[in-house]
Amino acid sequence: MTTIESILMAVAFIALAPAIGCLLAGVDRKVSARMQKRRGPPILQPAYDVGKFLSKEQITPNSTQDFYVVCFLLFTIGTGAMFFAGMDLLLVIFTLTLAETFLILGAYSSGSPYSQIGAQREMYVAMAYEPVILLMAVCYYLEYGSFSVSDISSSDGMAVVPLIGVFLAFLFVLTMKLRKSPFDLSLSHHAHQDIVRGMATEFSGRTYAMLEISHWYESVMLLGMVALFFANGTVAGIVIGIIAALLAWILEIWIDNGFARMKWQTALKSGWVVTLVLGMGNVAVLLI
Amino acid sequence: MSGTTKSPWLLHYDASSCNGCDIEVLACLTPLYDVERFGVINTGDPKQADLFLVTGAVNDQNKNVVRQLYEQMPEPKVVVAVGVCACSGGIFGDCYNIIGGVDKVIPVDVYVPGCAARPESIIDGVVKGLAVLEEKRKKISEAKS
Repeated sequence: MTTIESILMAVAFIALAPAIGCLLAGVDRKVSARMQKRRGPPILQPAYDVGKFLSKEQITPNSTQDFYVVCFLLFTIGTGAMFFAGMDLLLVIFTLTLAETFLILGAYSSGSPYSQIGAQREMYVAMAYEPVILLMAVCYYLEYGSFSVSDISSSDGMAVVPLIGVFLAFLFVLTMKLRKSPFDLSLSHHAHQDIVRGMATEFSGRTYAMLEISHWYESVMLLGMVALFFANGTVAGIVIGIIAALLAWILEIWIDNGFARMKWQTALKSGWVVTLVLGMGNVAVLLI
Repeated sequence: MSGTTKSPWLLHYDASSCNGCDIEVLACLTPLYDVERFGVINTGDPKQADLFLVTGAVNDQNKNVVRQLYEQMPEPKVVVAVGVCACSGGIFGDCYNIIGGVDKVIPVDVYVPGCAARPESIIDGVVKGLAVLEEKRKKISEAKS
Protein backbone atom coordinates (compact mmCIF):
# COMPACT_ATOMS: atom_id res chain seq x y z
CA MET A 1 0.00 0.00 0.00
CA THR A 2 1.18 3.51 -0.71
CA THR A 3 1.18 6.14 2.01
CA ILE A 4 -1.88 7.88 0.58
CA GLU A 5 -3.79 4.62 0.39
CA SER A 6 -2.87 3.88 4.00
CA ILE A 7 -4.07 7.28 5.18
CA LEU A 8 -7.31 6.89 3.19
CA MET A 9 -7.96 3.48 4.73
CA ALA A 10 -7.31 4.81 8.24
CA VAL A 11 -9.66 7.78 7.66
CA ALA A 12 -12.30 5.47 6.16
CA PHE A 13 -12.06 3.26 9.25
CA ILE A 14 -12.43 6.18 11.65
CA ALA A 15 -15.44 7.52 9.72
CA LEU A 16 -17.26 4.31 8.78
CA ALA A 17 -16.48 1.87 11.60
CA PRO A 18 -18.98 3.38 14.10
CA ALA A 19 -21.78 3.07 11.52
CA ILE A 20 -20.83 -0.51 10.62
CA GLY A 21 -20.27 -1.44 14.27
CA CYS A 22 -23.63 0.04 15.23
CA LEU A 23 -25.38 -1.96 12.51
CA LEU A 24 -23.53 -5.12 13.60
CA ALA A 25 -24.64 -4.56 17.19
CA GLY A 26 -28.21 -3.96 15.97
CA VAL A 27 -28.14 -7.16 13.92
CA ASP A 28 -26.81 -8.95 17.00
CA ARG A 29 -29.80 -7.87 19.07
CA LYS A 30 -32.29 -8.59 16.29
CA VAL A 31 -30.92 -12.06 15.56
CA SER A 32 -30.70 -12.83 19.29
CA ALA A 33 -34.36 -11.81 19.67
CA ARG A 34 -35.41 -14.00 16.74
CA MET A 35 -33.50 -16.91 18.24
CA GLN A 36 -35.67 -16.44 21.34
CA LYS A 37 -38.86 -16.13 19.24
CA ARG A 38 -39.17 -12.40 19.93
CA ARG A 39 -39.56 -9.53 17.46
CA GLY A 40 -36.55 -7.68 18.78
CA PRO A 41 -35.63 -3.98 18.71
CA PRO A 42 -35.01 -1.99 15.51
CA ILE A 43 -31.61 -2.46 13.84
CA LEU A 44 -30.65 1.10 14.81
CA GLN A 45 -31.41 0.50 18.50
CA PRO A 46 -27.73 0.74 19.59
CA ALA A 47 -27.58 4.22 18.02
CA TYR A 48 -30.71 5.29 19.93
CA ASP A 49 -29.15 3.96 23.13
CA VAL A 50 -25.94 5.92 22.61
CA GLY A 51 -27.94 9.05 21.69
CA LYS A 52 -29.88 8.75 24.91
CA PHE A 53 -26.77 8.24 27.02
CA LEU A 54 -25.16 11.33 25.49
CA SER A 55 -28.12 13.43 26.66
CA LYS A 56 -28.27 11.94 30.16
CA GLU A 57 -26.75 13.35 33.30
CA GLN A 58 -23.18 12.28 33.98
CA ILE A 59 -22.44 10.71 37.36
CA THR A 60 -18.81 9.66 37.72
CA PRO A 61 -17.32 8.37 40.94
CA ASN A 62 -14.06 10.23 40.22
CA SER A 63 -12.53 12.32 37.47
CA THR A 64 -9.88 9.75 36.46
CA GLN A 65 -12.50 7.24 35.34
CA ASP A 66 -13.50 9.52 32.47
CA PHE A 67 -9.87 9.90 31.45
CA TYR A 68 -9.35 6.13 31.30
CA VAL A 69 -12.49 5.58 29.23
CA VAL A 70 -11.49 8.36 26.80
CA CYS A 71 -8.08 6.65 26.48
CA PHE A 72 -9.82 3.32 25.84
CA LEU A 73 -11.82 4.92 23.04
CA LEU A 74 -8.82 6.72 21.50
CA PHE A 75 -6.51 3.70 21.63
CA THR A 76 -9.21 1.44 20.20
CA ILE A 77 -9.69 3.86 17.32
CA GLY A 78 -5.91 4.07 16.93
CA THR A 79 -5.57 0.28 16.87
CA GLY A 80 -8.17 -0.09 14.15
CA ALA A 81 -6.77 2.80 12.12
CA MET A 82 -3.28 1.28 12.24
CA PHE A 83 -4.62 -2.13 11.30
CA PHE A 84 -6.59 -0.90 8.29
CA ALA A 85 -3.71 1.37 7.25
CA GLY A 86 -1.66 -1.82 6.85
CA MET A 87 0.87 -1.08 9.57
CA ASP A 88 2.81 -3.47 11.79
CA LEU A 89 0.60 -6.21 13.22
CA LEU A 90 2.66 -6.39 16.42
CA LEU A 91 2.12 -2.68 17.05
CA VAL A 92 -1.61 -3.18 16.47
CA ILE A 93 -1.72 -6.03 18.99
CA PHE A 94 0.22 -4.12 21.63
CA THR A 95 -1.94 -1.02 21.24
CA LEU A 96 -5.03 -3.20 21.52
CA THR A 97 -3.70 -4.56 24.80
CA LEU A 98 -2.99 -1.03 25.99
CA ALA A 99 -6.57 0.02 25.17
CA GLU A 100 -7.80 -2.98 27.14
CA THR A 101 -5.59 -1.97 30.07
CA PHE A 102 -7.17 1.48 30.12
CA LEU A 103 -10.64 -0.06 30.33
CA ILE A 104 -9.53 -2.26 33.23
CA LEU A 105 -8.01 0.77 34.99
CA GLY A 106 -11.27 2.67 34.42
CA ALA A 107 -13.18 -0.15 36.07
CA TYR A 108 -10.68 -0.34 38.94
CA SER A 109 -10.89 3.42 39.56
CA SER A 110 -14.38 3.11 41.02
CA GLY A 111 -15.04 1.72 44.48
CA SER A 112 -17.92 -0.49 43.39
CA PRO A 113 -17.16 -4.13 44.22
CA TYR A 114 -18.98 -5.24 41.05
CA SER A 115 -16.74 -3.08 38.95
CA GLN A 116 -13.64 -4.35 40.78
CA ILE A 117 -14.59 -8.02 40.33
CA GLY A 118 -15.37 -7.31 36.68
CA ALA A 119 -11.89 -5.81 36.21
CA GLN A 120 -10.25 -8.81 37.88
CA ARG A 121 -12.19 -11.22 35.67
CA GLU A 122 -11.27 -9.19 32.59
CA MET A 123 -7.60 -9.65 33.45
CA TYR A 124 -8.05 -13.41 33.70
CA VAL A 125 -9.83 -13.42 30.36
CA ALA A 126 -7.05 -11.28 28.88
CA MET A 127 -4.54 -13.86 30.10
CA ALA A 128 -6.55 -16.47 28.22
CA TYR A 129 -6.78 -14.71 24.86
CA GLU A 130 -3.55 -12.69 24.61
CA PRO A 131 -1.28 -15.71 23.82
CA VAL A 132 -3.44 -16.70 20.83
CA ILE A 133 -3.35 -13.19 19.39
CA LEU A 134 0.44 -13.05 19.79
CA LEU A 135 0.87 -16.50 18.20
CA MET A 136 -1.25 -15.27 15.30
CA ALA A 137 1.35 -12.57 14.62
CA VAL A 138 4.17 -15.13 14.99
CA CYS A 139 2.51 -17.46 12.49
CA TYR A 140 2.00 -14.66 9.98
CA TYR A 141 5.73 -13.87 10.26
CA LEU A 142 6.77 -17.50 9.84
CA GLU A 143 4.58 -17.82 6.76
CA TYR A 144 5.16 -14.46 5.03
CA GLY A 145 8.36 -13.16 6.62
CA SER A 146 6.69 -9.90 7.59
CA PHE A 147 4.58 -8.43 10.39
CA SER A 148 3.17 -5.72 8.12
CA VAL A 149 -0.58 -6.04 7.56
CA SER A 150 -0.26 -4.63 4.04
CA ASP A 151 2.37 -7.26 3.12
CA ILE A 152 0.22 -10.03 4.57
CA SER A 153 -2.96 -8.83 2.85
CA SER A 154 -1.26 -8.52 -0.55
CA SER A 155 0.57 -11.86 -0.41
CA ASP A 156 -0.30 -14.79 -2.68
CA GLY A 157 -2.64 -17.39 -1.25
CA MET A 158 -5.01 -17.15 1.63
CA ALA A 159 -3.36 -17.24 5.05
CA VAL A 160 -6.20 -19.36 6.39
CA VAL A 161 -4.77 -22.46 4.66
CA PRO A 162 -1.36 -22.62 6.37
CA LEU A 163 -2.69 -20.86 9.50
CA ILE A 164 -5.82 -22.94 9.97
CA GLY A 165 -4.94 -23.84 13.58
CA VAL A 166 -4.39 -20.24 14.57
CA PHE A 167 -7.53 -19.21 12.69
CA LEU A 168 -9.67 -21.64 14.70
CA ALA A 169 -7.95 -20.52 17.90
CA PHE A 170 -8.67 -16.88 16.97
CA LEU A 171 -12.35 -17.71 16.40
CA PHE A 172 -12.34 -19.25 19.89
CA VAL A 173 -10.87 -16.21 21.59
CA LEU A 174 -13.08 -13.88 19.55
CA THR A 175 -15.89 -14.85 21.96
CA MET A 176 -13.76 -13.60 24.85
CA LYS A 177 -12.67 -10.48 22.99
CA LEU A 178 -16.27 -9.56 22.09
CA ARG A 179 -17.31 -10.43 25.67
CA LYS A 180 -20.03 -12.82 24.66
CA SER A 181 -21.42 -15.81 26.53
CA PRO A 182 -19.91 -18.19 27.74
CA PHE A 183 -17.06 -15.73 28.37
CA ASP A 184 -19.01 -12.57 29.18
CA LEU A 185 -17.97 -12.77 32.80
CA SER A 186 -16.40 -9.33 33.06
CA LEU A 187 -18.98 -7.17 31.29
CA SER A 188 -22.32 -8.77 30.66
CA HIS A 189 -24.88 -7.33 28.28
CA HIS A 190 -27.56 -8.12 30.82
CA ALA A 191 -27.12 -6.10 33.98
CA HIS A 192 -29.21 -8.21 36.32
CA GLN A 193 -26.84 -11.11 36.71
CA ASP A 194 -24.11 -12.04 39.18
CA ILE A 195 -22.03 -8.85 39.08
CA VAL A 196 -24.62 -6.36 37.74
CA ARG A 197 -22.88 -4.71 34.77
CA GLY A 198 -19.37 -5.82 35.74
CA MET A 199 -16.73 -3.34 34.67
CA ALA A 200 -19.34 -0.86 33.41
CA THR A 201 -21.37 -0.78 36.63
CA GLU A 202 -20.24 2.75 37.48
CA PHE A 203 -20.27 4.07 33.90
CA SER A 204 -23.14 6.44 33.17
CA GLY A 205 -24.10 9.09 30.65
CA ARG A 206 -21.33 10.16 28.28
CA THR A 207 -18.85 7.61 29.69
CA TYR A 208 -21.17 4.73 28.89
CA ALA A 209 -21.80 6.12 25.40
CA MET A 210 -18.02 6.22 24.82
CA LEU A 211 -17.74 2.61 25.95
CA GLU A 212 -20.41 1.56 23.46
CA ILE A 213 -18.76 3.47 20.61
CA SER A 214 -15.41 1.84 21.50
CA HIS A 215 -17.12 -1.55 21.27
CA TRP A 216 -18.34 -0.68 17.76
CA TYR A 217 -14.80 0.20 16.68
CA GLU A 218 -13.43 -2.91 18.41
CA SER A 219 -15.93 -5.24 16.71
CA VAL A 220 -15.10 -3.90 13.25
CA MET A 221 -11.37 -4.20 13.89
CA LEU A 222 -11.66 -7.76 15.21
CA LEU A 223 -13.77 -8.77 12.22
CA GLY A 224 -11.08 -7.13 10.09
CA MET A 225 -8.59 -9.50 11.70
CA VAL A 226 -10.84 -12.42 10.71
CA ALA A 227 -10.96 -11.07 7.13
CA LEU A 228 -7.14 -10.77 7.05
CA PHE A 229 -6.93 -14.58 7.11
CA PHE A 230 -8.66 -14.62 3.70
CA ALA A 231 -7.03 -11.62 2.00
CA ASN A 232 -4.81 -12.60 -0.92
CA GLY A 233 -4.29 -9.30 -2.68
CA THR A 234 -7.30 -9.67 -4.99
CA VAL A 235 -10.83 -8.27 -4.82
CA ALA A 236 -12.18 -11.84 -4.52
CA GLY A 237 -10.02 -12.37 -1.43
CA ILE A 238 -11.44 -9.23 0.19
CA VAL A 239 -15.03 -10.26 -0.62
CA ILE A 240 -14.47 -13.76 0.79
CA GLY A 241 -12.84 -12.16 3.83
CA ILE A 242 -15.85 -9.90 4.46
CA ILE A 243 -18.25 -12.83 4.05
CA ALA A 244 -16.16 -14.93 6.44
CA ALA A 245 -16.11 -12.07 8.96
CA LEU A 246 -19.90 -11.72 8.81
CA LEU A 247 -20.30 -15.49 9.21
CA ALA A 248 -17.97 -15.30 12.23
CA TRP A 249 -20.24 -12.58 13.67
CA ILE A 250 -23.33 -14.78 13.22
CA LEU A 251 -21.43 -17.67 14.81
CA GLU A 252 -20.62 -15.47 17.80
CA ILE A 253 -24.30 -14.51 18.18
CA TRP A 254 -25.24 -18.18 18.04
CA ILE A 255 -22.63 -19.08 20.66
CA ASP A 256 -23.78 -16.12 22.79
CA ASN A 257 -27.37 -17.36 22.81
CA GLY A 258 -26.56 -21.04 23.14
CA PHE A 259 -24.25 -21.07 26.14
CA ALA A 260 -24.49 -20.18 29.79
CA ARG A 261 -21.76 -18.12 31.41
CA MET A 262 -18.71 -20.05 32.56
CA LYS A 263 -16.28 -19.39 35.39
CA TRP A 264 -12.99 -17.60 34.82
CA GLN A 265 -11.17 -20.87 35.56
CA THR A 266 -12.85 -22.43 32.52
CA ALA A 267 -12.03 -19.40 30.40
CA LEU A 268 -8.37 -19.52 31.42
CA LYS A 269 -7.96 -23.29 31.06
CA SER A 270 -9.80 -23.59 27.77
CA GLY A 271 -7.98 -20.52 26.42
CA TRP A 272 -4.59 -22.03 27.19
CA VAL A 273 -5.49 -25.50 25.93
CA VAL A 274 -6.57 -23.92 22.65
CA THR A 275 -3.36 -21.86 22.58
CA LEU A 276 -1.17 -24.89 23.22
CA VAL A 277 -2.90 -27.31 20.86
CA LEU A 278 -4.02 -25.13 17.94
CA GLY A 279 -1.66 -22.15 18.32
CA MET A 280 1.61 -23.88 19.20
CA GLY A 281 0.69 -26.79 16.93
CA ASN A 282 0.40 -24.38 14.03
CA VAL A 283 3.74 -22.76 14.89
CA ALA A 284 5.35 -26.23 14.99
CA VAL A 285 3.88 -27.16 11.62
CA LEU A 286 5.11 -23.90 10.06
CA LEU A 287 8.60 -24.41 11.53
CA ILE A 288 8.81 -27.96 10.18
CA MET B 1 -32.45 14.23 20.75
CA SER B 2 -35.44 11.89 20.58
CA GLY B 3 -33.30 8.94 21.71
CA THR B 4 -34.64 9.27 25.25
CA THR B 5 -38.03 7.78 24.44
CA LYS B 6 -36.60 5.21 22.05
CA SER B 7 -34.39 3.46 24.54
CA PRO B 8 -35.96 3.36 27.99
CA TRP B 9 -33.89 1.21 30.33
CA LEU B 10 -35.75 -0.11 33.34
CA LEU B 11 -34.58 -0.65 36.86
CA HIS B 12 -36.90 -2.98 38.73
CA TYR B 13 -36.95 -3.14 42.53
CA ASP B 14 -39.11 -5.30 44.74
CA ALA B 15 -39.97 -3.27 47.85
CA SER B 16 -41.69 -5.97 49.93
CA SER B 17 -44.00 -7.02 47.14
CA CYS B 18 -45.69 -10.42 47.30
CA ASN B 19 -43.85 -11.23 44.03
CA GLY B 20 -47.05 -11.17 41.99
CA CYS B 21 -46.28 -7.84 40.32
CA ASP B 22 -42.59 -8.80 39.91
CA ILE B 23 -43.55 -11.82 37.87
CA GLU B 24 -45.81 -9.63 35.73
CA VAL B 25 -42.96 -7.13 35.19
CA LEU B 26 -40.74 -9.95 34.00
CA ALA B 27 -43.61 -11.30 31.89
CA CYS B 28 -43.35 -8.10 29.81
CA LEU B 29 -39.95 -9.33 28.60
CA THR B 30 -41.22 -12.72 27.43
CA PRO B 31 -41.79 -13.46 23.72
CA LEU B 32 -45.54 -12.81 24.14
CA TYR B 33 -45.15 -9.13 25.11
CA ASP B 34 -41.47 -8.55 24.20
CA VAL B 35 -41.00 -4.96 25.37
CA GLU B 36 -37.47 -5.05 23.96
CA ARG B 37 -39.03 -4.27 20.57
CA PHE B 38 -39.50 -0.72 21.93
CA GLY B 39 -35.86 -0.64 22.98
CA VAL B 40 -36.67 -1.42 26.61
CA ILE B 41 -33.89 -3.15 28.50
CA ASN B 42 -34.39 -4.54 31.98
CA THR B 43 -31.14 -3.40 33.53
CA GLY B 44 -30.06 -3.95 37.10
CA ASP B 45 -27.76 -0.95 37.12
CA PRO B 46 -29.29 2.29 38.51
CA LYS B 47 -26.54 4.36 36.87
CA GLN B 48 -27.76 3.35 33.42
CA ALA B 49 -31.51 3.30 34.09
CA ASP B 50 -34.17 5.80 33.00
CA LEU B 51 -37.29 4.31 34.54
CA PHE B 52 -37.54 3.03 38.09
CA LEU B 53 -40.23 0.36 38.47
CA VAL B 54 -41.07 -0.24 42.11
CA THR B 55 -43.42 -3.01 43.16
CA GLY B 56 -44.84 -3.50 46.64
CA ALA B 57 -45.44 -1.24 49.61
CA VAL B 58 -42.25 0.16 51.06
CA ASN B 59 -41.33 -0.95 54.58
CA ASP B 60 -39.01 0.48 57.20
CA GLN B 61 -36.14 -1.76 56.24
CA ASN B 62 -36.00 -1.02 52.52
CA LYS B 63 -37.03 2.63 52.39
CA ASN B 64 -33.37 3.66 52.38
CA VAL B 65 -32.62 1.21 49.58
CA VAL B 66 -35.42 2.69 47.48
CA ARG B 67 -34.18 6.21 48.18
CA GLN B 68 -30.58 5.30 47.39
CA LEU B 69 -31.47 3.58 44.12
CA TYR B 70 -33.49 6.65 43.14
CA GLU B 71 -30.61 8.98 43.98
CA GLN B 72 -28.11 6.89 42.00
CA MET B 73 -30.13 7.23 38.80
CA PRO B 74 -28.97 10.05 36.52
CA GLU B 75 -31.44 12.73 35.42
CA PRO B 76 -33.87 12.66 33.64
CA LYS B 77 -35.56 9.79 35.48
CA VAL B 78 -39.11 8.60 36.01
CA VAL B 79 -40.58 6.48 38.79
CA VAL B 80 -43.41 4.06 38.01
CA ALA B 81 -45.26 2.51 40.94
CA VAL B 82 -46.44 -0.92 39.79
CA GLY B 83 -49.37 -2.57 41.56
CA VAL B 84 -51.82 -1.30 44.14
CA CYS B 85 -49.36 -1.89 47.01
CA ALA B 86 -46.81 0.41 45.41
CA CYS B 87 -49.54 2.98 44.73
CA SER B 88 -51.08 3.17 48.19
CA GLY B 89 -49.92 0.31 50.38
CA GLY B 90 -52.81 -1.89 49.25
CA ILE B 91 -53.78 -4.87 51.34
CA PHE B 92 -50.62 -4.49 53.43
CA GLY B 93 -51.27 -0.79 54.09
CA ASP B 94 -52.20 -1.26 57.76
CA CYS B 95 -49.27 -3.51 58.66
CA TYR B 96 -47.06 -2.16 61.47
CA ASN B 97 -43.91 -2.18 59.32
CA ILE B 98 -45.39 -0.77 56.10
CA ILE B 99 -44.90 2.90 55.31
CA GLY B 100 -47.47 3.02 52.51
CA GLY B 101 -47.12 3.79 48.82
CA VAL B 102 -43.77 4.41 47.13
CA ASP B 103 -44.67 8.11 46.99
CA LYS B 104 -44.07 8.32 50.75
CA VAL B 105 -40.36 7.88 50.04
CA ILE B 106 -39.60 9.15 46.52
CA PRO B 107 -41.61 11.23 44.02
CA VAL B 108 -43.72 8.94 41.79
CA ASP B 109 -44.65 9.97 38.24
CA VAL B 110 -46.90 7.15 37.06
CA TYR B 111 -49.22 4.89 39.08
CA VAL B 112 -50.11 1.47 37.65
CA PRO B 113 -52.98 -0.07 39.65
CA GLY B 114 -53.89 -3.74 39.78
CA CYS B 115 -53.37 -6.77 41.98
CA ALA B 116 -51.34 -8.02 40.35
CA ALA B 117 -50.84 -5.35 37.68
CA ARG B 118 -51.29 -6.98 34.27
CA PRO B 119 -48.40 -6.88 31.78
CA GLU B 120 -50.54 -4.78 29.41
CA SER B 121 -51.10 -2.14 32.06
CA ILE B 122 -47.42 -2.19 33.05
CA ILE B 123 -46.43 -1.56 29.42
CA ASP B 124 -49.06 1.19 29.30
CA GLY B 125 -47.58 2.72 32.46
CA VAL B 126 -44.08 2.59 30.98
CA VAL B 127 -45.29 4.33 27.81
CA LYS B 128 -46.96 7.05 29.96
CA GLY B 129 -43.69 7.30 31.87
CA LEU B 130 -41.84 7.90 28.60
CA ALA B 131 -43.93 11.03 27.95
CA VAL B 132 -42.98 12.31 31.41
CA LEU B 133 -39.34 11.39 30.74
CA GLU B 134 -39.30 13.40 27.50
CA GLU B 135 -40.88 16.38 29.30
CA LYS B 136 -38.23 16.23 32.01
CA ARG B 137 -35.46 15.98 29.45
CA LYS B 138 -36.76 19.09 27.67
CA LYS B 139 -36.91 20.98 30.95
CA ILE B 140 -33.32 20.05 31.75
CA SER B 141 -32.02 21.05 28.31
CA GLU B 142 -33.93 24.35 28.52
CA ALA B 143 -32.44 25.03 31.94
CA LYS B 144 -28.98 24.39 30.50
CA SER B 145 -29.40 26.79 27.55
